[in-house]
Amino acid sequence: MDLATFWFIVLGVLWTGYLVLEGFDFGVGMLLPVLGGKRYAADAVDGEKRRRLLINTIGPVWDGNEVWVLTAGGATFAAFPHWYATLFSGFYLPLLLILVALIVRNLGFEYRHKRPGVRWKAQWDQAIFWGSLVPALLWGVALTNIVRGVPIDENKEFTGNLFTLLNPVGLLGGLVFVALFLTHGAIFIALKTDGKVRYEARLIAQRVGIVAAVLAVVLLGVIGLADGKPASWVTTVVAAVALLGAIAANRAGREGWAFIGTAVTIAMAVATYFIVLFPNVMPSTTNPAYNLTIENASSTDYTLKVMTIVALIFTPIVLIYQGWTYWVFRKRLTTNVIPDDAPLEPASR
Amino acid sequence: MDATDLARWQFAITTVYHYLFVPITIGMSLIVAVFHTAWVRTRRPEWLRLAKFFGRLFLINFALGLVTGIVQEFQFGMNWSDYSRFVGDIFGAPLAIEALLAFFLESTFLGLWIFGWGRLPEKLHASTMWIVHIGTVLSAYFILAANSFMQHPVGYTYNEAAGRAELTDFFAVLTNKVQLITFPHVIFAAYMTGAAVIMGVAMYLMRREAKAAAIPDDLARGDAPMYRKAARLGAVVSLVAAVGVIATGDVQGKIMTEVQPMKMAAAEGLYESVPQGLGAPFSVLTIGSLDGSAATPLIEIPGLLSFLATGSFDGAVKGINELKAEYAQTYGASGNPRVADLASAFVPNIPTTYWSFRLMIGLGIAASIIALAVLWTTRNGRTPTGKWLLYAGVAAPLLPVFANSFGWIFTEVGRQPWLVFGLMTTANGVSPSVSMGEVITSMSVFTLLYGALAVVEIKLFLHYVRKGAEPFEEPQDPADRDEDAPLVFAY
Repeated sequence: MDLATFWFIVLGVLWTGYLVLEGFDFGVGMLLPVLGGKRYAADAVDGEKRRRLLINTIGPVWDGNEVWVLTAGGATFAAFPHWYATLFSGFYLPLLLILVALIVRNLGFEYRHKRPGVRWKAQWDQAIFWGSLVPALLWGVALTNIVRGVPIDENKEFTGNLFTLLNPVGLLGGLVFVALFLTHGAIFIALKTDGKVRYEARLIAQRVGIVAAVLAVVLLGVIGLADGKPASWVTTVVAAVALLGAIAANRAGREGWAFIGTAVTIAMAVATYFIVLFPNVMPSTTNPAYNLTIENASSTDYTLKVMTIVALIFTPIVLIYQGWTYWVFRKRLTTNVIPDDAPLEPASR
Repeated sequence: MDATDLARWQFAITTVYHYLFVPITIGMSLIVAVFHTAWVRTRRPEWLRLAKFFGRLFLINFALGLVTGIVQEFQFGMNWSDYSRFVGDIFGAPLAIEALLAFFLESTFLGLWIFGWGRLPEKLHASTMWIVHIGTVLSAYFILAANSFMQHPVGYTYNEAAGRAELTDFFAVLTNKVQLITFPHVIFAAYMTGAAVIMGVAMYLMRREAKAAAIPDDLARGDAPMYRKAARLGAVVSLVAAVGVIATGDVQGKIMTEVQPMKMAAAEGLYESVPQGLGAPFSVLTIGSLDGSAATPLIEIPGLLSFLATGSFDGAVKGINELKAEYAQTYGASGNPRVADLASAFVPNIPTTYWSFRLMIGLGIAASIIALAVLWTTRNGRTPTGKWLLYAGVAAPLLPVFANSFGWIFTEVGRQPWLVFGLMTTANGVSPSVSMGEVITSMSVFTLLYGALAVVEIKLFLHYVRKGAEPFEEPQDPADRDEDAPLVFAY
C-alpha cells in the first residue's frame, strides 16, 4: 500500500473519530430543548437544571471532540491539497453555514452560564440547538455528495452551486446524520446521567433509533446499489446490525453496549462511504476523467512520509490523554450536582 | 474592487479579528498557570482567588479565539484554493501538525482545568494550565512556520510539471531563519499583551478597592493589596517581554532587509536608495502623499533606518525605485506563470506599511510606559488611587493588542504583491470557482457576526471584571469529595 492510500485511510479514521465523538455532542445539543423543555421538565427551575445537566455531560470533552474535524481539515490540506482546495471552495456556502453554526454553538457552551438572565440563557440555548442541528445536517449532505459525485471540470474546479448539493440523496444523507446523532446523543445522555433524565433519554433513543435505522438502511442501500463493492456491503450490514443491537441494548437498559453499538454504526457508515469512494477522493459527475483520485490529488511522497512519522508518534499520545479525560469524568451526573448559584432572573441586563 | 480584493479583505478581517484574542490567550494562560502554581506551593488564599478570577476572564477571551480559529483552518480552501493547490504540499503539513500537537492539547487540558476543581489532585490540576499554555505556544510555532514560508520560501523545489511547490526539507521549513526570529518576537509580544490585560484589570480593581477603604487598616485588610500584587506582576512580565520584543524585532528587521528588502523600504517609504556612509533617517511623522513626490517628514531621526536595516548608523539602504528594477529583473522574467501579472507592481501599499510599522512600534512603546508608570507608582508598598489609573487601565490591554494587529498588517501588506514571496502573487492564489456573490455573502456574515460577538464578549468581560475576585473558599480534597456535591466551574 502506498502512502497516499494510507492517508486516505487516515482521513477515514479522522472523520470517524470526529463523527463518533462530536456526533453525540450534536445529539445532546439537539436534545437540549426536548429533554430540557416543557414536555419533560417539572417547572422552569427544573428545566434550567436539566439543560445545564445536559450541557455538563459533554462539558469537559466537546472542545477536544471538535478538534478532530480541524485535524481532518489540516490533514486533507497536507495530504490531498487538491481535495482540500476543490471541496472547500466548491462547497462554499454550506461550509460557511457550518462554520457559523459551530461558532455560535461553542460560544453557547462557554457563555450561557456566565449570566443569570432568562433571555440570555434562552438565546444561547437556541444557538446550541441550531448550532448542533445545522452542522449535523450539512456534514451529512456534504459527505454524501462527495461519495455520490459532484460536477467537477478538467481544472479540478467544482462547477455546481448550492442547489446541486441539495439533491434528494444528499438531503437523505443529512437526515440520516441527524437521526443517527440524535440516537447516539440520547444514548450518551442515558449513559452519563442518572434519575429521570436517564430513563427519558433511553425512551427517546428507542423511538429515534428505529427511524434512524430505517433511513440509514435506505441511504446506504441507495449508495451501495449505485457504486457498491463487496466490502462496502459488509460494512453496511455491520452498521445495520450494530444499530439494531444498540436499540436492543438500549431497551434492555445496557447503555454502555448501546453506546458502543451506535458508535460502531457511525464508524461503519463512514467506512462504507470511504470504501465506495476509493480510489477516488471526489468523483466528477461531469466526466470520470476529471475525478479527483488518491493519486492525482495527493501530496508528494516526502510530505506524506513526514506526516506519517508525526502521526504515528502523536496520534497514540492524543488518544491516551483524550481517553484519560473521559476516564476522569466517567461518573454519572444528576441534577443534584448542578449548583444553585445562578438564580433565574427575569431579564438580563 | 475585484474578487481578489474581496478575498483579501475577508482574510484580513477574519484573521486580524482572530488575532485580537490569540496573544491574550498565550500571555494570560502563562500568568494564570503561575497564579495557580503559586497557590499550590504557598497555600496563600490570594493566589487561588487570582487564579480563578483571571482564569474566568481567560476563558471568556479564549472562547472567541477558539471559534474564530475554526474559520482559519478552512478558509485557505474556501477563498484561496489555487494557493492551496500550489503550496499544499508544504503549507498543509504544519497546519495538520498544529491541530494534532497543539489544538488537542489546548482543548483537552482546558476542559480538565475547567472541570478539574476538587476532582483532580491539586498539583496535577495546576499542571493542566501549564499544558494549555504549552499548547498555545506550540500552535504559534507551527502556524508561524507556515507563515514564514510565505515570507521566505525554503526547503522546497518548484515542480513545473505538477505546477506546484513541493517540499524537499521539512526541517528547513521548521527552522527557516525568518521563522526562528518571528516566533520569539510573536511570543514576547503575546506575553506583553496577556500581562497588560492582567495589569490593566488589576489596576482598575486595586483603585476601586483602595478608594472604598476609609482608613489605612481597611486598605490592608481588603483586596487592594492582592490586586496590587497582580498589577505589579503584570507590569514586570510586560516590561521583560517588551525588552524581548525590541531585541527580537531588531534582529527581525535585519533579516527582513536581507530577504524582503522591499518591505523595509516600504516601512519607511524610502524611494531613493541611501548609499553607504550617509545614513538613512527614520521619520517619526510625515505629511504628504508618501508616493515619493511630496512627502514631508516632520520629525526625523538621523541614521535610524540604516541602523534598523543594517545594524550600522551609516549603512546603505536600498530604496523602492532601485528595488523595483531589481525585482523586475529577478522575478519579471522568471517564466513562472504565477507571477506573470506583475508587470510593474512590485511595491506594496506604502501608506499602509508606513503607518502600520509606526503604530506597531508606537503603541508598543506606549504600553511599556504605562507598565513603567504602574511599577513606579506602586513602589515600596504604595497604592495609588489617581484617576489616571482608570484611563491607563483601559489603555493598558488595548495598546499592545492593537500593536500586535498593526505588526501583522505591516508584515502581510509589506509582502504584497506576493502571496508566497517570489513564487506566487496574491491575485494568482484566489479560488477561481468562488463567485463574487459568495465572497460578499461570507464577508458580510463574518463581519456582522464578529461585530456582534465582540459586543457580547466585551460586555461579558467587563461584567466579570466589575464583579472582582470571588471570596476565598477552601477547596475540597478530591479524595473525600462528595459525589453529589455541586460541581465547581460547571457550565
